[in-house]
Amino acid sequence: MINIVLLSLLVVIAIAIIRMKDLFAVVMLTGIYGLLSASFFVAMDAVDVAFTEAAVGAGISTLLMLVAITMTGRKEKVTRHKPFAALFIVLITGGLLIYGTLDMPLFGSADAPIHSHVAPRYLNDSMQEIGIPNVVTSVLASYRAFDTFGEVVVIFTAGIGVLALLFVPRRKEEDEKIASINDSMHEHHLVIRIITKMLIPFILLFALYVQFHGDYGPGGGFQAGVIFSSAIVLYTMLFGLSTARKVINQGFIQLMAAFGVLFYGCVGIASLMNGGNFFDYNVLSDDPVAGQHLGILLIEWGVGVTVAAIMIIIFFSFAGRRELQQHSENNKNRESL
Amino acid sequence: MITHLPILQVVIPLMAAPICLILKRPQLAWIFALAVSGLAFAISLVLLQQVMVSGVISYELGGWQAPWGIEYRIDQLNALMLLIISTISTIVLFAAPESLDKEISKDKHTYFYVLYLLSLTGMLGIVATGDAFNVFVFLEITSLSAYALIAMGKKKQAVWASFQYLVMGTIGATFILIGIGLMYQMTGTLNMQDLAQRLPEVSQTRTVFTAFAFVIVGVCLKLAMFPLHLWLPNAYAYAPSIVTAFFSATSTKVAIYLLIRFTFSVFGLSFSFTTVPLQTLFMTLGVLGIFVASISAIYQHNIKHLFAYSSIAQIGYMIVGFSISSVSGLTATLLHLFNHALMKSAIFLALAAVAYRVGNVQLDNLKGLGREMPWTMAAIVIGGLSLIGVPLTVGFVSKWYLLTALIEQGWWPIAVLILLGSMLAVIYVWKVVEIAYFKESSGAPVKEAPLSFLIPIWTLVIANVYFGIDTRFSVEIAQAAAQSLFGGGL
Amino acid sequence: MLMGLFNNWVVIVLMMSGLYIVIAHGNLIKKLVGLTIFQTSVFIFYISMAKVNGGSAPILSENISLYSNPLPHVLILTAIVVGIATTALGLSLVVRLKESYGTIEEEEIQRQDNQQNQALNKERDK
Repeated sequence: MINIVLLSLLVVIAIAIIRMKDLFAVVMLTGIYGLLSASFFVAMDAVDVAFTEAAVGAGISTLLMLVAITMTGRKEKVTRHKPFAALFIVLITGGLLIYGTLDMPLFGSADAPIHSHVAPRYLNDSMQEIGIPNVVTSVLASYRAFDTFGEVVVIFTAGIGVLALLFVPRRKEEDEKIASINDSMHEHHLVIRIITKMLIPFILLFALYVQFHGDYGPGGGFQAGVIFSSAIVLYTMLFGLSTARKVINQGFIQLMAAFGVLFYGCVGIASLMNGGNFFDYNVLSDDPVAGQHLGILLIEWGVGVTVAAIMIIIFFSFAGRRELQQHSENNKNRESL
Repeated sequence: MITHLPILQVVIPLMAAPICLILKRPQLAWIFALAVSGLAFAISLVLLQQVMVSGVISYELGGWQAPWGIEYRIDQLNALMLLIISTISTIVLFAAPESLDKEISKDKHTYFYVLYLLSLTGMLGIVATGDAFNVFVFLEITSLSAYALIAMGKKKQAVWASFQYLVMGTIGATFILIGIGLMYQMTGTLNMQDLAQRLPEVSQTRTVFTAFAFVIVGVCLKLAMFPLHLWLPNAYAYAPSIVTAFFSATSTKVAIYLLIRFTFSVFGLSFSFTTVPLQTLFMTLGVLGIFVASISAIYQHNIKHLFAYSSIAQIGYMIVGFSISSVSGLTATLLHLFNHALMKSAIFLALAAVAYRVGNVQLDNLKGLGREMPWTMAAIVIGGLSLIGVPLTVGFVSKWYLLTALIEQGWWPIAVLILLGSMLAVIYVWKVVEIAYFKESSGAPVKEAPLSFLIPIWTLVIANVYFGIDTRFSVEIAQAAAQSLFGGGL
Repeated sequence: MLMGLFNNWVVIVLMMSGLYIVIAHGNLIKKLVGLTIFQTSVFIFYISMAKVNGGSAPILSENISLYSNPLPHVLILTAIVVGIATTALGLSLVVRLKESYGTIEEEEIQRQDNQQNQALNKERDK
């Protein structure tokens, strides 16, 4: 029953997003769309996915879109080109998909092919082979560790791509000038500043908890990385980018991002050195299960470090670009006066 | 260590990317990237030799047996693709520092090399893996690095081309994801070989038909097959010259590989060509693509645009060979894939040299370059002859095989159309030749390109001629790969 | 029968609204929103197929015997990361486009490009 309610809500939001012209509202609705799908994932027993979707769909992606909107304007032009062509394509694609559903196994049926091939082994044997209760973690960190490695590389690629597109090297004097303008803007939020300062240690602590708890419950490196970076983002928003950059400088986070990927890869190399295949954790220790534990612990750290570093890099790049834009606008205004 | 070569092929360039970022200095990053790409080339040679001697190599990642873990699987086709990708990547990288100096600001060179290595990794990963979902992951590594690399182009149009590519590419990737999901739902597995065994049981279901349609449309978007090619010309024309040279020879080829892999190995020949009317559809689109793209090429004023349209036309030839669905047709496609990589990388690298000296690649600015940059222009001419399919070049070999394959099936009309298509190539190549050799130069004279361009360019040109005369190597591998695809799946 | 398919059909409607936004809307941010919705809906499709009636989350425990399928969960964890990576890169492209074209509407960008090409062609004809 709850599925139907959630799905209907999602449809309503999707239609609202199509119709709205105010991009700020659209972005907020997209965030809610992410949050609702996360709730749906919980109803579908996918707790790990729900956690990640909540952090990404409702968190990071909404935040990035909001920052982007402050730079690009929040009104959508009414012109809508080729609505009929779009409708035609959508109807064909959707029709084909509906045609495809007709022979699908029914929703929730336990005898569907996916529940009888491949997956049963994960559920039945992972306790003996890997020895941790969260099967999702076993599969993503050991059986399909290479996919997760690919995932880390994807996020690394995105980070470097954003840097390549948005990074502007600044001279020192310029930097200080921008910083002083921003500092004056941030003075107002005294109460929020103090509360945030008190909150940050707890957020970081929670990140560490999620990092270590991934074996037993939902969580793991990716989610921990996102939470960790959100603490830094919060700090940046209230104390200004230049202050945050003094705490974490650009060179250092780039190093950390690279380090995380290398660390993950080195676990694979270590397996090779010990005579196993790439990412074969059994050979990392005398006892295979202990080896699996060690391997998973290490690669989760690799994931966490890279994800946290890249999220910070991406946010800093956007925020830095925005400061620069404001700075040049200020200059222009001054000249025209 | 020799048993671990399949994974090292992908993981070495992968781990080299973050190391490049740590090295920081562009000069160091370049030397390192070049060394790593060279190493990948060496590995691919050994792998090819192993496959040709002792057959398919399978490598279980994490030590987990195949459908439960991810498997790397190298057969003749994979080995050939790995060789093409790593060779072109290494040769193109030689000319990178000079070209980048003119086109990208100095502080972003290191990021360029990191992204270049990542896109190399992605392509190698797509080819080496035997797992359908792993394909998706590495496809995204390739695509994301490609978007960033294209957007690094000098003009503002580069960013716009990159955005359009991002939208099309993401739709394509999501279609592939839907297709994989549907296949998984019907079989319970993601391993390609396991899929090939389990799909026939359910091949009559509507779900599998839908899965097939989504995977094929998704791959064709990445492939820039007519009529889904609209993102390609601008992306190639405005990307940094080095990126164009690399991608024109590799990225669409990887998509062709995926098309062949999914239709022949995963879904199987009988499903792809008898249950689904793929043959008629692809034959029509292939021939249409050749004509529409060749005619568009004739009307371009920017040479990179011109040759980008020519690439779409060449994809048409590969699609025609593919849709014959015979061993000789597939051999022709694979040969053309190999040969076209050699031609286009030579041409686009020569254009990089032109951009280096002249500053842009507008057709008008080519006037008199035949005398001022004789070696560079000669390379473009030989590459162009190869595109037309003149004897003694590689282009002739693959066209010859394609025509024989068509005539074998008695498809004379198509064969005639293919020959007519080549006539169109004569027109657009002649346009370039005419301006470069028969028009007087108007501006200040320019010098010949430096050796760092000429050496890689002429390496490729010589390969164009060598494999046009001595066809043993390329034909043997293409035939072996085609036969293994027809001889019972993976 | 109908209930078993209903879920999938709603998810298809969601996917298609995402795809519609991507194709029909000219605003680039809106296009990225469309892509996000399209992808998120595909995630919903994967996760729905993993559900087993009466099953519980795949975290092993002594007193539970029926679990939902963990494999689609793993795949979608990866796909979510791919999605955010694409969004981040896409947004940085949009920011750059705004800086160089002064607009993020597809039609206006296209018009500026066309005008520039026409100007080039005129120059050539002279």
